[in-house]
Amino acid sequence: MTASRARRRHRLRVLAFMSPWLIGFALFFAYPLAATVYFSFYRYNLFQLTPIGLTNYRFLFHDPYAWQAIKNTMWLVIVMVPLRVLFGLGLAQLLTRIKRGGNLLRAVFYLPFLIPPVAATVAFVFVVNPGTGPINNLFAKVGIHLPDWFNDPTWTKPGLTLLALWGIGDVMIILLASLLDVPKSLYEAAAIDGANAWQQFRRITLPTISPVLMFSAVTGVIQTLQYFTQAMVAANASQGNADQAGTTTAPGYPDGASLTFPQTLYNEGFQQFNMGYACVLALVLFVVAMFFTLILLRQFHAFGDDD
Amino acid sequence: MSGTTVATRRAPAVRPPASRRPGRRNRRLLYWVATHAIAIALAIMFLAPLIFMFLTAVMSSNETLGGGLWPKSWHWGNFGTALTTDHGVMLHWLLHTLIYAVLGTVFMLMSSVPVAYALARFRFRGRKLAFVLVITTMMLPPQVTIVPMYIMWARFHLTGTLWPLIIPLMFGDAFSIFLLRQFLVTIPKEYADAARVDGCGEFRTMMRVILPMARPAIAAVALFQFFYAWNDYFGPLIYTKPDSWTLAVGLSTFRAAHHVEWNLTMAATLLTVLPVIVVFFLAQRVFIQGVTLTGVKG
Repeated sequence: MTASRARRRHRLRVLAFMSPWLIGFALFFAYPLAATVYFSFYRYNLFQLTPIGLTNYRFLFHDPYAWQAIKNTMWLVIVMVPLRVLFGLGLAQLLTRIKRGGNLLRAVFYLPFLIPPVAATVAFVFVVNPGTGPINNLFAKVGIHLPDWFNDPTWTKPGLTLLALWGIGDVMIILLASLLDVPKSLYEAAAIDGANAWQQFRRITLPTISPVLMFSAVTGVIQTLQYFTQAMVAANASQGNADQAGTTTAPGYPDGASLTFPQTLYNEGFQQFNMGYACVLALVLFVVAMFFTLILLRQFHAFGDDD
Repeated sequence: MSGTTVATRRAPAVRPPASRRPGRRNRRLLYWVATHAIAIALAIMFLAPLIFMFLTAVMSSNETLGGGLWPKSWHWGNFGTALTTDHGVMLHWLLHTLIYAVLGTVFMLMSSVPVAYALARFRFRGRKLAFVLVITTMMLPPQVTIVPMYIMWARFHLTGTLWPLIIPLMFGDAFSIFLLRQFLVTIPKEYADAARVDGCGEFRTMMRVILPMARPAIAAVALFQFFYAWNDYFGPLIYTKPDSWTLAVGLSTFRAAHHVEWNLTMAATLLTVLPVIVVFFLAQRVFIQGVTLTGVKG
């Protein structure tokens, strides 16, 4: 009798501690996810709900904006994510070699990551703009003419990538921590065997930190799938006609080059009020993000089994 | 746990075995100079946008259009002008940001701490599933559920206010739960057992014994939540109206309202950045511990 009563008390206690999240999960995740599926079969503009079957889904295949956004997002995943991981690794590796002033340098490299994305983007668009931007001017003085980053469709995504490399701090810190965790004795043993710096990096450093590299790459992809703020603000700031937050006369300025998938969703749902179609886009995002989340979960698996 | 002590630890030096041959020593010197030169060059590149942002903020309006690099005279008043322009609209944005950040952080802590505690220290059926779901909600883009969420808040007539941003934090925040849980599992069980022997209930054990030990992790999630609110653009963009805008949303329109006045735009931008940088330098260790805790180990 007492045993079962203790068990019941334990169950109640678990329930009490978990209740905020249980309610939150149902209210702010499970329900809206189900509702997203439901609305995706309707035409809905916040006032009128009309069932239209699979029309929204069919429209997706003929929507040039959505395809442009998918292409742009893929560009960012293929170019920006690997560059960020490599650059972050390079910086972290560099920091392990520096004895004096290493802490100060680390803070300097980390600093841009802390800057609110809107502020960082506005500032960045300004300093590299061709007419008045100090950095472009500085380069022009030595005869190098930098491109018109955020007004030239060819250079918009490279410009955004540069901005992302500037804010590399988070990736760098995680990789630095893992580099410092590689047992020193391994390097000593390798040095005695006559391994040079590259061999040590290739045979010891890389295999030891590869789970963390993998983690950075996959979280990088997930972040890129929700890439929104920088692209939107860069378009607004370089075009200079955002009198309402989030309005660009041409989404993805210039020429659709900065249109990302979440921006299409925002535009359809909250500018055009095609809520049903926005839900189809949300489901596409859900499926792709879920795929990468599952990859990450396999890495987290060890955490679940810790006792 | 050594991954969390980056701040104090020295880098493991990858040194070739000591050698008396001068050629080797010269090469080492060359290598030393090269790494430091690269590091300093990179540091300058990282700081350049910030420096130019500052220099532009103290220029006169005309000067910013002339493409000058160094201000001819220093207009410190630009910061005041940025704050007071349009009837001090920036101060309103600041106030809304603070309400979102402070209230949100308090609610987040009250709801997330017990959940993280249960996930880390209770054994129950479905614990693993719950943890997996926490990570999943943490990872999925906020845009996935935004349409029904907006419709829901619109039905409650709360769109156009800060409440749709704040209320969800009363029900646990996935990222904070995850980070706190990662820290709490590292505290040895013996402490809680000792408290239980002394007759403490589970709630008192959590409040009196475990939480004081978890202070660094709690400080980290509080800081992250505060920074998140300060930086958040998507949430406020969806839910707030011009009279409830936060700094991030307001700042994105600043450039258009003052379209030729880059100096004021940069002054406003710097004013948005400054508090974040000050807080970071005051709490650098806590912050970096938190980042590595989420990224590296359990």
